[in-house]
Amino acid sequence: MAVPPNDEARLIERFGPHPQYEPPGGWQDESRRPAEKLVKTHCCFCGQQCGIQLKVRDNQVIGFEPWEEFPFNRGMLCPKGVKRYMQSGHPDRLLAPLIRESSGFREATWDEALNRVASRIREIQERHGPDAVAVYGGASLTTEKAYLLGKFARVALGTRHIDYNGRLCMVSAGVAYKLAFGVDRSPNPWDDIPLADVLVLAGSNVADCSPITTDYIWRCRDRGGKLIVIDPRMTPITRNADLYLPVRPGTDLALFMGMLHVILRDGLEKRAFIAEHTIGFDDVAASVKPYDPATAARITGVPPESIEKAGRWFATCERGFALHARGIEHQSKGVENVLALINICLATGNIGREGAGCVMITGQGNGQGGREHGQKCDQLPGQRSITDPEARRYVARVWGIPPEQIPQAGYSAVEIMEAIHRGEIKALLSICFNPLVSLPDANFTAEALKKLEFFSVIDFFMSETAQYADVILAGSLQEEEEGVVANVEGRVLHIQQAITPPGEARVDSQIICELARRLGHGQHFPFQSPREIFQELREASRGGHADYYGITYEKIDRQMGVFWPCPSEDHPGTPRLFEDGQFFHSHGKAHFVVTEYREAGDPVNEEYPVFLTTGRVVSQYLSGTQTRRIGALVDQYPEPRVEIHPRLADDRGIRDKDWVTVTTRRAEITLQAMVVRTIRPDTVFIPYHWPGRKSANKLTHRTLDPRSKIPEFKVSACNLRKSEGPPEGA
Amino acid sequence: MTEYGFFIDPSRCIGCQSCVNACAECETHRGYPMIHVDFIDRRNTINTVPTVCMHCDKPTCAEVCPADAIKKNEDGVVQSSLKPRCIGCSNCVLACPFGVPKMMSELEQMMKCDMCYDRTSSGKRPMCATVCPSQALAYVPMEQILRERREKPANLFFFGNEPVRTKVFMMVPPDVDAVSIDVLDYMWEPFP
Repeated sequence: MAVPPNDEARLIERFGPHPQYEPPGGWQDESRRPAEKLVKTHCCFCGQQCGIQLKVRDNQVIGFEPWEEFPFNRGMLCPKGVKRYMQSGHPDRLLAPLIRESSGFREATWDEALNRVASRIREIQERHGPDAVAVYGGASLTTEKAYLLGKFARVALGTRHIDYNGRLCMVSAGVAYKLAFGVDRSPNPWDDIPLADVLVLAGSNVADCSPITTDYIWRCRDRGGKLIVIDPRMTPITRNADLYLPVRPGTDLALFMGMLHVILRDGLEKRAFIAEHTIGFDDVAASVKPYDPATAARITGVPPESIEKAGRWFATCERGFALHARGIEHQSKGVENVLALINICLATGNIGREGAGCVMITGQGNGQGGREHGQKCDQLPGQRSITDPEARRYVARVWGIPPEQIPQAGYSAVEIMEAIHRGEIKALLSICFNPLVSLPDANFTAEALKKLEFFSVIDFFMSETAQYADVILAGSLQEEEEGVVANVEGRVLHIQQAITPPGEARVDSQIICELARRLGHGQHFPFQSPREIFQELREASRGGHADYYGITYEKIDRQMGVFWPCPSEDHPGTPRLFEDGQFFHSHGKAHFVVTEYREAGDPVNEEYPVFLTTGRVVSQYLSGTQTRRIGALVDQYPEPRVEIHPRLADDRGIRDKDWVTVTTRRAEITLQAMVVRTIRPDTVFIPYHWPGRKSANKLTHRTLDPRSKIPEFKVSACNLRKSEGPPEGA
Repeated sequence: MTEYGFFIDPSRCIGCQSCVNACAECETHRGYPMIHVDFIDRRNTINTVPTVCMHCDKPTCAEVCPADAIKKNEDGVVQSSLKPRCIGCSNCVLACPFGVPKMMSELEQMMKCDMCYDRTSSGKRPMCATVCPSQALAYVPMEQILRERREKPANLFFFGNEPVRTKVFMMVPPDVDAVSIDVLDYMWEPFP
């Protein structure tokens, strides 16, 4: 049984989160001495993957220096990037493997810990079959680690069930782009953004979630470009919007269909482009017929004239550019939302050109690279489908196993937790994932974790989920192991090893290889370094859509990144896709895909009349395992607050800073109110980075998009009332 | 050598506090940010504004300092108070028209933004303007800002009848030459 030691106070005292306010050595002392070296690498947090120089001294990161030559961010950083180095020398760092006893966690030797994991996994698989063990990965891992983990699950464990926390992030966009274009990558480099005439920003809180993109958008505005923002909240990027569409949560699809209706009604579509480069237009044209502006306005709450204007601006400009993020993707129709936006781009010929296109804003550090090479439940390296016999044959040959030994597709992240809950999956190995904070319906997650017969975690800090683990293997921070990542543009970047792991902690790839050896599969995991893993990855990806064969660490350093696909060493990489009008489907054309509007999975009614939407704040990252341990970032936004419009607040007698209880069909939590006019009056917002009594994900629900299996974080039904006072423990 | 200017454009600010966090990394005041970002009125708007020292031609802070502790360099940068002279009276804090200096009670000294003197004097850009993700704070050549931006730079401010010229530029709409912040400046009749 995976149950956390019951003395929570002692756990927190020992493992944190403790906010770190000073660099290793202190502000005035050791950290003032000159650095031994400056390491050019990238931020460990979001999908922008900003270039940064880490100051290293005595095997610790003591500060940073902006890296102004790196072209993507040119020295710019958000507060997380500025303070990221404070993880170095952190008092909460796990310095040795831990084994849980009834009295709590005790340190163990690597031999004991690894043997325990291997023997428990073998035992459970012998009793219940290979699929009784599941693997969770993460999109903050380097691509080498993600590749290795996929191979580990399929070859060393032989389980179908491996998935990753990118399931909570990029999968709706990924499925949509594959359906429409045949490939899952943002087709345009970010340098195209300033060149657009009209930008549509759909469900993307750029200022908080991808701050560096702000300057690209403002540069577009400097050139005279117009900005259309679609969001139930006025986020900071809205301050310069030329057109703001305050869409009702969960209704983006009707808005996009309304915009396309306007475009087709007025005959603004690009007939020649549609005829030459696409299929499926007529069906989509028929499907948007009923969505005249008045109908779309009734569903979305956006004025019909704004829908008209948005459609016409986008269709009549020379270069239209759409950017979208989790706002439209975290829905039970997330894939269709993206498809509907792509349909608009295809109909107006805005794709594959300088300053014209459609891009997804990747959320997680290696959100792009981490999903290309095999930790997704349905995918093999090179973005190959696991159901494609030819792909299975190719990858099996690289791995040196018979194709039939590669398991078939398994469950996605939320489905794995559900299978654990119903007892089908008995053991879990997790790295770089804190599902207790990041999965929807957190009380359900807690129940499920307790049912595990065996649970092991590889991590550098004790996450809330790791508290449930039987064995914790002390792993490495991003700056402690070399590797590659792909940023938001599909630009492959080189992460440098700046320092080695402290204490007995080990680099992640060695831990995984060592486990494989102890499971009797050492011959398939002979890797001594990330570079060796990358060599095999290049081969495994060769000929796939995400072709890394022509990429080397040295070439990345030379070119400041290489955009995939890059099929040969003399190939420069591919910053912009589809420039030749060729899409990645076998017939070379893009697909219009029909979408169908329907209600969200947790509908509002009389009992739960208010929409709840969740998201990020700029100073925190994902489940907060890292950023809740950095003092300056904690102080910037210490606690989640409920954003409420004054009209809704007045109706419920709530004033700013009052304690408010928010209730959904799953749970209730009590937080302080933040009464602001910058959110729709029928909607409240809570950021999700916290555990326990502050956990927004206790409120969210497990409805998934049928194709992408992304949870519907952005639309829940809730109610709220003024609370008598703070909750227990506040 | 190209002359760099410091430009503030509040309309670009997204309130991320990157500048404040980076400021605290500076060598001369490690751990203490000298600048701030404010919500103008969070209940009604998401708009925020960053404040760094404007480095006035005739710095009021220096003029009101009874200890003569605040000095302006030849290049126009107004420095933090000289520690041996500063008596911690906070005159400068009260007098600054832009609300910049801060009394650092722990350090028993007034400290303020010195445009990252340790960095700019050795050819580096100030921390805040280098990291700013929206480039609401920018440290670039004047000709670049004129070429690239929609707004234009101004460095003449009127506080009532009091003109203040600064080393740092504020980005203003193209048809504005000077920034007036007082109703008096817009009134027709002279006010005694």
